[in-house]
Amino acid sequence: MNMQAAPRHTVGTAPQVGQPHTRNDQACHDLSIRVRDLNLWYGQTQALKNLNIDLFEKNVTALIGPSGCGKSTFLRCLNRMNDLIPSVRIEGLVEMDGRDVNATKMDEVALRRRVGMVFQKPNPFPKSIYENIAYAPRMHDLVSRKAEQDELVEKALRDAGLWNEVKDKLHEPGTSLSGGQQQRLCIARAIAVQPDVILMDEPTSALDPISTATIEDLMDKLKQQFTIVTVTHNMQQAARVADYTAFFHLGEIVEYNDTKTMFSNPATKKAEDYITGRYG
Amino acid sequence: MSQSFDEISAQLQRRHRKSARLKWLSMGALGLAGLFLVLFFADMLSKGLPAFQQAQIRVELDYNEDATRMGRAALDPEVSRLVSRTFERLIPGMLADDPELLGTTETRWVLANAQVDQYLKGHTHRLNAAQQATVDRLAEEGNVALKFNTTFFTSGDSKMAEASGILAAALGTVMTMLVTLAIAFPIGVMTAVYLEEFAPDNRLTQIIEININNLAAIPSILFGLLGLAIFISFFGVPRSSPLVGGMTLALMTLPVIIIATRTALRSVPDSIRHAAFGVGCSRWQVVRDHVLPLAMPGIMTGSIIGLAQAMGETAPLIIVGMVAFIPDVSATFTNAATVLPAQIFTWAGEPDKAFVEKTAGGILVLLAILIFLNATAVVLRKKFERRW
Ligand SMILES: Nc1ncnc2c1ncn2[C@@H]1O[C@H](COP(=O)(O)OP(=O)(O)OP(=O)(O)O)[C@@H](O)[C@H]1O
Ligand SMILES: [Mg+2]
Repeated sequence: MNMQAAPRHTVGTAPQVGQPHTRNDQACHDLSIRVRDLNLWYGQTQALKNLNIDLFEKNVTALIGPSGCGKSTFLRCLNRMNDLIPSVRIEGLVEMDGRDVNATKMDEVALRRRVGMVFQKPNPFPKSIYENIAYAPRMHDLVSRKAEQDELVEKALRDAGLWNEVKDKLHEPGTSLSGGQQQRLCIARAIAVQPDVILMDEPTSALDPISTATIEDLMDKLKQQFTIVTVTHNMQQAARVADYTAFFHLGEIVEYNDTKTMFSNPATKKAEDYITGRYG
Repeated sequence: MSQSFDEISAQLQRRHRKSARLKWLSMGALGLAGLFLVLFFADMLSKGLPAFQQAQIRVELDYNEDATRMGRAALDPEVSRLVSRTFERLIPGMLADDPELLGTTETRWVLANAQVDQYLKGHTHRLNAAQQATVDRLAEEGNVALKFNTTFFTSGDSKMAEASGILAAALGTVMTMLVTLAIAFPIGVMTAVYLEEFAPDNRLTQIIEININNLAAIPSILFGLLGLAIFISFFGVPRSSPLVGGMTLALMTLPVIIIATRTALRSVPDSIRHAAFGVGCSRWQVVRDHVLPLAMPGIMTGSIIGLAQAMGETAPLIIVGMVAFIPDVSATFTNAATVLPAQIFTWAGEPDKAFVEKTAGGILVLLAILIFLNATAVVLRKKFERRW
């Protein structure tokens, strides 16, 4: 595989990303999100240049790259959070389920129900732990009775590995938890609406090593149910949790490969320099 | 070369001196402000507290035939000059209401007139020597005394100082403020929400923003002119009514509420908005369920302070005719009414010296209400403030 230029991936179940030697080797590699020729401008400055990438269902994809290279910007394209920034202009295709995410017909509220997000800094609502989880499903009419709601809250908290720690204080404020617990609460909040994709923007950068390890384990578990796209500056983390890794540089995807290849035998010099810490 | 501690200390001395000087200056300013405040309160209390007491006189009422025409006939001529004319005028009405009274007598406490009141309080008065002697004698017998002035709190304005009260004006203020609040709060909050959370940041919204800020700085009397021109002349809202007064003050309070609300909205961290958008809230749901609840303490404090400002406003209300003589106590939106500051203004202009203490008493009532409102703002803020 020659990867001097940004790779162009074709549609299909067999991705052209070298030979994926991931843990999911035999598992499905169904396409979740397809990105073609994506360009994004903040006013006059172009932040994303001609991105092409296929994100696979029920895998963890890590986005790595130096600061300011557009990882967060790209992540926000996937659930249209960039809509909130007035100066943004987007061209190109982001396709999910055969639908153009950026089409005017696409309701961004519907999109965000299917593509949840966990932010860099834990940002629980200033409400109780219970309300943090129950709010969104109730809003989306996913639950009708109180019992259903209780059940869903418990399930989300269990999936996020937080249940045992908070089951006795569900009605205490979400912000009274520790940073790591808050981040897991945010993950629980995201999975409570039963999305297909969860975007995580440096979810562990504000956390201590133990909380980080907890969340990494969690991602490994959650990928059975969800497609996870995560941004990280931590190479070991990417190597540990990701099935695929995309290396961003100056708004371009320089290399996209299965994680094992990316870290053992990167195809591009830039990626190799970055991964081995010789960058900059 | 690096400097020694001594060298650095020598330089620091000057800086320390400077900050010490600044500290003393600001403490001096604070002290001065405090002193003025104390002087003001002391003056108002010493002048106003006597207004809460009023001279009363125990007289024998003889309900004879003449009294059905002229109340004064029911009184002993010696004391009739000391009783409030307002009370004397009530007697024929009492007899007409209850003819059984005719021919009976009754001893009771009635309102003394303002001169007796002022004489007992040691202020300037217009009693002649004989009247003074009578009052002294009656006081010794316990038939003249200063009692708690219920009249002041239960009646409207009167040409007689002793019979004039604050209630009509207080009710007028309440009704006016209700109108102001009902108009300015929803419009102000929704405007701010639109500008802050929905509107694109373009030339037009910037111009609107600048103009709202300017509006807050416009002399209040201009709002009165606006109210006169638009509400009274154009829309035909009844003059002098709490409705027109409240609408005029709402114009004045709107920018205050808008600015306070925008500040409160802006202080809600964006991370909360992102979290809400992230779980699929629509813009309105983000605002209603997450941003507004967090901004509420700030919005309420700002609104109450805006309202307190409006409550102390006189100039625009003079223009729309709310400085009226209102003897009847009634709580309507469309009848002529007056408000507390306007009532104080009217009393301050009365030539009768006995109105001086009414003026100060009125100011005390207004102050008490304002302090109550501000305390409410603080309590609400504390209550709704969530530190999580
Ligand atoms: N709201 C914005 N308005 C204008 N420019 C922006 C905005 N957000 C990001 N940018 C620019 O876009 C580029 C990519 O930013 P982005 O935040 O996506 O980088 P990143 O890869 O996430 O960096 P980091 O690792 O530091 O989080 C940067 O040059 C940045 O200055
Ligand atoms: Mg980022």
